[in-house]
Amino acid sequence: MDTMFSAFETMVKSVSDWVTLAFDRPSARAIVFGVPIKGHLLVEGLLFVVILFLLSQKSYKPPKRPLTKKEVDELCDEWVPEPLIPSITEEMKYEPPVLESAAGPHTVINGKDVVNFTSADYLGLLGHDKLQDSCTKALEKYGVGSCGPRGFYGTIDVHLDCEARIAKFLGTTDSILYSYGLSTMFSTIPAFCKKGDVVVVDEGVHWGIQNGLHLSRSTIIYFKHNDMESLQSILENVTHANKRTKKLRRYIVVEAVYQNSGQIAPLDEIVRLREKYRFRVILDESNSIGVLGSSGRGLTEHCKVPIENVDIVTAAMGHALATEGGFCTGSARVIDHQRLSSSGYVFSASLPPYLASAAITAIDVLEGNPNLITKLKENIATLRKGLLDVQGLEIVSDPESPIVFLTLKKSTGSIKGDLQVLQDIGDYLLKEHSIFVATSKRSTVDKCKLPAGIRLYVSAAHTKTDLEKACESFKKATAVVLADQ
Amino acid sequence: MITIPYLTALTTYFSYGLLFAFGQLRDFFRKIFDWWSQSTLQGYAPICLGLEDFYIRRLYLRIQDCFNRPISSPPDAWFDVVERISNDNNKTLKRTTRVKRCLNLGSYNYLGFAAADEYCTPRVIESLKKFSPSTCSTRVDGGTTTLHAELEEWVANFIGKEAAVVFGMGYVTNSAILPVLMGKGSLIISDSLNHNSIVNGARGSGATVRVFQHNTPSHLEKVLKDQIAEGQPRTHRPWKKILVVVEGIYSMEGELCQLPEIVSICKKYKAYIYLDEAHSIGAIGKTGRGVCELLGVDTADVDIMMGTFTKSFGSCGGYIAGSKELIQYLKYTCPAHLYATSISPPAAQQIISSLKVVLGEDGSSRGAQKLAKIRENSNFFRSELQKMGFEVLGDNDSPVMPVMLYNPAKIPAFSRECLKRNVAVVTVAFPATPLLLARARICISAAHTREDLVKALEVLSEVGDMIGIKYFPAEPKKQQLEEGRVKLE
Repeated sequence: MDTMFSAFETMVKSVSDWVTLAFDRPSARAIVFGVPIKGHLLVEGLLFVVILFLLSQKSYKPPKRPLTKKEVDELCDEWVPEPLIPSITEEMKYEPPVLESAAGPHTVINGKDVVNFTSADYLGLLGHDKLQDSCTKALEKYGVGSCGPRGFYGTIDVHLDCEARIAKFLGTTDSILYSYGLSTMFSTIPAFCKKGDVVVVDEGVHWGIQNGLHLSRSTIIYFKHNDMESLQSILENVTHANKRTKKLRRYIVVEAVYQNSGQIAPLDEIVRLREKYRFRVILDESNSIGVLGSSGRGLTEHCKVPIENVDIVTAAMGHALATEGGFCTGSARVIDHQRLSSSGYVFSASLPPYLASAAITAIDVLEGNPNLITKLKENIATLRKGLLDVQGLEIVSDPESPIVFLTLKKSTGSIKGDLQVLQDIGDYLLKEHSIFVATSKRSTVDKCKLPAGIRLYVSAAHTKTDLEKACESFKKATAVVLADQ
Repeated sequence: MITIPYLTALTTYFSYGLLFAFGQLRDFFRKIFDWWSQSTLQGYAPICLGLEDFYIRRLYLRIQDCFNRPISSPPDAWFDVVERISNDNNKTLKRTTRVKRCLNLGSYNYLGFAAADEYCTPRVIESLKKFSPSTCSTRVDGGTTTLHAELEEWVANFIGKEAAVVFGMGYVTNSAILPVLMGKGSLIISDSLNHNSIVNGARGSGATVRVFQHNTPSHLEKVLKDQIAEGQPRTHRPWKKILVVVEGIYSMEGELCQLPEIVSICKKYKAYIYLDEAHSIGAIGKTGRGVCELLGVDTADVDIMMGTFTKSFGSCGGYIAGSKELIQYLKYTCPAHLYATSISPPAAQQIISSLKVVLGEDGSSRGAQKLAKIRENSNFFRSELQKMGFEVLGDNDSPVMPVMLYNPAKIPAFSRECLKRNVAVVTVAFPATPLLLARARICISAAHTREDLVKALEVLSEVGDMIGIKYFPAEPKKQQLEEGRVKLE
């Protein structure tokens, strides 16, 4: 044991002696620039050189080879585009019925007189003498078109008068006119909501608002249709998540009477939430101007909310005011900003002057005859009562809304199937009973997921016999069409 | 391409720099002043932050009286401009009851249908009595009247396509059609100077958008080749479809599009082509059928033709013309057709009547006279302006003539001096044009008589001398112009 150990010891000693000798040999020593190089320094020096060499090598990247001209040409030849439009299916060939007279409460289709529930002429002003008069005068004076955008001699004095009249009627400082109802919302929203802002919007809004939000590139959060608790919880989350409140603009966008369902938004709740969480409110009053409130001033009057509490109010005039175009109203700051940064106002021709004068006359008539609004409310109540016991269809719209929205009690399972059934009911009503109604149609780019239904626009000019006839016909139609389901 | 002289470029930059510096100084004092006073909306973020509306507050408001001038008569060859006064240094302008009778060089009234017309207006009033000013309903519900069906037929026949669909506003036509045709995975290649409605429509569609140099078919070919070879960004999948969007006449340049070359390139690479004829339909071409007729392009080669009725036909609205299947598909899916109120019946009647006049179907030759007049007027005016030494852009035959101003101080000077001499012109500055290239845009109409044009030329010459915008010498010699100039693209 001892001998083995001592032998091992001597072996190690001899090896180390040999190594030290090798390193201390005169040849391993050198004097470079006056510095003696010991043996270990040589090893370190060699290591250092090896490291430098490895570092200087390029890392391995597969070489980048741009496509040659021949390859580019080949790719271009091979590429086959999709057809511009998908193939036409049967339902695409649908043609709506063609009217042969004015779209009032009664109209003529195919030579037959029908009761018309598709025209949103809530106060029955279409064909009113005063409107026809003022339009004729304006046509004789100004011609039809205004031939220019507002910035370049397209501002005619009737436009300025109309804006002042609307502002006076609603009680705001100023208003701005747009030349088309649909473009009002999708020009107003991008003027105020920019990238990075937060917008909380109802999921049932119409396409104009959806497009405006998409163009604004803000963060969009949807809340459940007309559900205030869902709205509140979302506002809570947003306020707590974002502490940089100084630079972040926040908006709530709602419609007064929803085009897609006939519900009415509870404005007093929304304004209360606005004060609490400091969000600005954008309200679309297309279907409520001239309808809600005791004098027709819209949802703000109906819910007893002062109009200063709603920051931006927009509306399309193609409904109660029986003309075309749209307007936006609010404080002076809001309106002045839009005159230069709203694209649908700056880059588009202005509203034809005869439509602006029709709007002024419509407001004058409305202010002078508040009994039109009471008549409309009566008609809505009569119609709703009569339609309550129609089998297979139920009314989902609000009792005060001028749009009476009927959906199928038992859905067929798909939107397409529903639309087909509703379309059959509509066709039957038109052919057999001379009642003209509209089913809600959805575009492929529309993101709204609310159920489809039949929309009835009630007008103050409908007579009691019209409404009773409609209710009777509905009962008969559903009995026939839905009996097959 | 616009070449701008060195000295003018330098002085323009200097002027803008000075305005910018003054604006910043005033903003600084405003900030201090605001720190003292309170604002009513505490806790709400302001509508415009920082430099977002700097241009509006500090530069635009100074010359606000040159824009948005109200008129109180129809926008015919001569009209009444309402005078406005300001008590607070141009911040707000108030209307007065005084009007000034001026020569109209600004409205889009190419064929002279702007005011009450002897053939059109009685028919329009008749249709107003029959159909009332609005249908209050969408086209698919109950807004299609016999007038609308008739109008679409006339438009399709006039353009030379199988079918057409009409909307109530030209801006909405572009913004609502492009999202329907193009979706994610498609490519839209648009000219760099396209109109805002096309830009909005392309953005709203969700497709990838690429831009090619203004009116340069060779660059379009390069972009097409590169894009097809590369495929979609990041995934490199092949594109679903490619659409090239061009305009007939570019309203800020007055140029015609180089349509034959672009059409041949698109055919070679199997891309679809979309032509926006907002300014050119009715105004150019022998029978007024637009840029296709003028440049000899077959309408079957252009897939989608779009146009508006505001400019040449004195009405409002826009149309899309194409094959029967395309129009059927659009009528089924386009949101502007499904959700927006249909075009007002009197406006539709105006379009039908003016089309009849242009085609000569009203029994007179007024249409042919108007078309000849506008071509004569535009060529005469353009050549006279160039002889005087103004820098005029645009091609021959185009009724839109931009005259270069460049310097920001010359914009209000030109506008105000012309108004003093009873000529109403339109001046355009940033942001509708690039910063350095401010211009005055003149639109000629068939309603202008030779005397009107001569008067306008006198006034423009006088004002031009006073302000110094005759950048070319009268009767220019080509060699002397090339040196000492900066080429600006």
